[in-house]
Amino acid sequence: MSVNVATAPARAEPRTVDNAVVLEGITKSFGSTKALAGVDLTVATGTICGVLGPNGAGKTTAVRILTTLLRPDGGHASVAGFDVVRNATDVRYRIGLAGQSAAVDEKLTGRDNLRMFGRLYHLTRPDAAARADELLERFVLTDAADRVVKTYSGGMRRRLDLAASLVIAPPVLFLDEPTTGLDPRSRNAVWQSIRALAADGTTVLLTTQYLDEADQLADHIAVIDTGRVIAAGTSTELKSLIGGDHIDVVLRFEHDLPIAAEALGRVTGTRPQTRAEALQISAPVSGTAGFLTRAVRELDAVGAEIEDISLRRPTLDDVFLQLTGHTSGDPA
Amino acid sequence: MTALALPAQPNTPLARIRWAVTDGGTVVARNLNHIRREPAQLVAELIVPIIMVLLFGYVFGSAIPIPGGGNYREFLMPGLFAMTAVSSVASTSQIVAGDVQRGVMDRFRSMPMARSAVAFGQAGVDIITGTLGLVCMAACGVVVGWRVHTGFMHGLAGFALLLFLRYAISWVGVYMGLSVKNEETADRLGILFLPISMLANTFVPTGGMPAWLRLISNWNPISSLVAACRQLFGNPGAPSGHTSLPLEHPVLSTLIWAVVILAIFVPLSVRKYATSR
Repeated sequence: MSVNVATAPARAEPRTVDNAVVLEGITKSFGSTKALAGVDLTVATGTICGVLGPNGAGKTTAVRILTTLLRPDGGHASVAGFDVVRNATDVRYRIGLAGQSAAVDEKLTGRDNLRMFGRLYHLTRPDAAARADELLERFVLTDAADRVVKTYSGGMRRRLDLAASLVIAPPVLFLDEPTTGLDPRSRNAVWQSIRALAADGTTVLLTTQYLDEADQLADHIAVIDTGRVIAAGTSTELKSLIGGDHIDVVLRFEHDLPIAAEALGRVTGTRPQTRAEALQISAPVSGTAGFLTRAVRELDAVGAEIEDISLRRPTLDDVFLQLTGHTSGDPA
Repeated sequence: MTALALPAQPNTPLARIRWAVTDGGTVVARNLNHIRREPAQLVAELIVPIIMVLLFGYVFGSAIPIPGGGNYREFLMPGLFAMTAVSSVASTSQIVAGDVQRGVMDRFRSMPMARSAVAFGQAGVDIITGTLGLVCMAACGVVVGWRVHTGFMHGLAGFALLLFLRYAISWVGVYMGLSVKNEETADRLGILFLPISMLANTFVPTGGMPAWLRLISNWNPISSLVAACRQLFGNPGAPSGHTSLPLEHPVLSTLIWAVVILAIFVPLSVRKYATSR
């Protein structure tokens, strides 16, 4: 049994817009705390945007504004071409929300939950039931379908949560820290689902504190800190923001470290960092021209025995540290 | 695969009302589903009234004389009926606050549901559980000697009045739940309604209270409800002569109280739901 859900529901003519999500100068304060201090962000239709930032950066506030749960103090925001304040109902027809901002009813079974949400979208009873079965199967919950959600594991709950946000196959999906607190296996399962949705043309905006999650999933990343987008671009663009690649060399013998560092410095023209305890030397390089081969030759010439050598792009951790002055783990 | 037809957004007032009623019904069904999944909770809720009848009926009943004479347990039953009606504020606010706390409410709010549906549904469920509780308590009352002496229609009117004020009070619960956003806080606040329901003619005639306390008690909506029930059921202790304005017209004043509470808390709750946080 399979029900295909139209992605452009109801009243207003289905709009095709280039940018499924647009935020312009959005501000929001809670009392004297400025949660968002003028956020600008666009997400192209059909892409995955990762909003990356530490706890308290304003990620959830932004999601709550985009999903009509919260009114912005200033600025404009639209989803699927509809203003989130003036056309809130039209927006609600086109979005799904999952993650820490929304939940399922834990006193009901998984099946009851999905049927209830289907009914709340005014699917007919048979359609709601069929859609529930389909989603349960897709998220590998069929065996647990008639158990009360309270008894679900964290991963199962998260999958049900995701399923609940997909009842009407919304064109725009908001995932607020979809994998926080999940074990690696469950996290991978959620990642796969998100990729599959994006492949079907769903626009996804996901917030995360995990750099590797944004790196893995997102076409476009916005780094947000203390209520502002402090950098945006593809993962590659962000990484190049903090300069070029590094050559990492791991040596076999500790006594080779000084001569090797000197040799590497001659190749890169920069000052290498030595981490003696790891027998590692690391040097930034600019440009791409054949540094690796030359480094191997030079190190060989001075008689340093190489255990491992690699050219490494900076990680998003490096990016974050560079941009904010603190790592993604600590709050601002 | 054929496209699953999503119904058109309602764009006439009538369609919008129908939409809201359907949503309210879904919320009611959801709560009944809770009971189906955990029937023990309902059983617990129904046992409490029985214990109250026995406890108050025989413990207080042994010591409290009724002005004008009569059986204390006949005097007591309308008070207990009213007290359980007030308890709806606690149960409703707890459910609503739990939904807010766990994010279920946010999922509802991110969906194209009628803004009034959750509140109406939650108050609607309370009528169902309230009726069950009332039936249970009435049966228990009959066992200990309580009777409706005025005929079927008056009896029915009394119960209808009880449910009407209960319904109004459950809207206070909806508002409280949406405001406190935390299940435990809601639970603790709910207990405060116990003294409010006792600061009335519920268990003792107000005649013996100090003047200031009597004034508060006589103007307490619960007193109106209790007096109205005593009058409608023909139970002893119905106010006579010069007491206070509300108690001289208990049925009318109860109706006014219910309407006033609804007029305040329905718009407040719907607004709170729509703009929460």
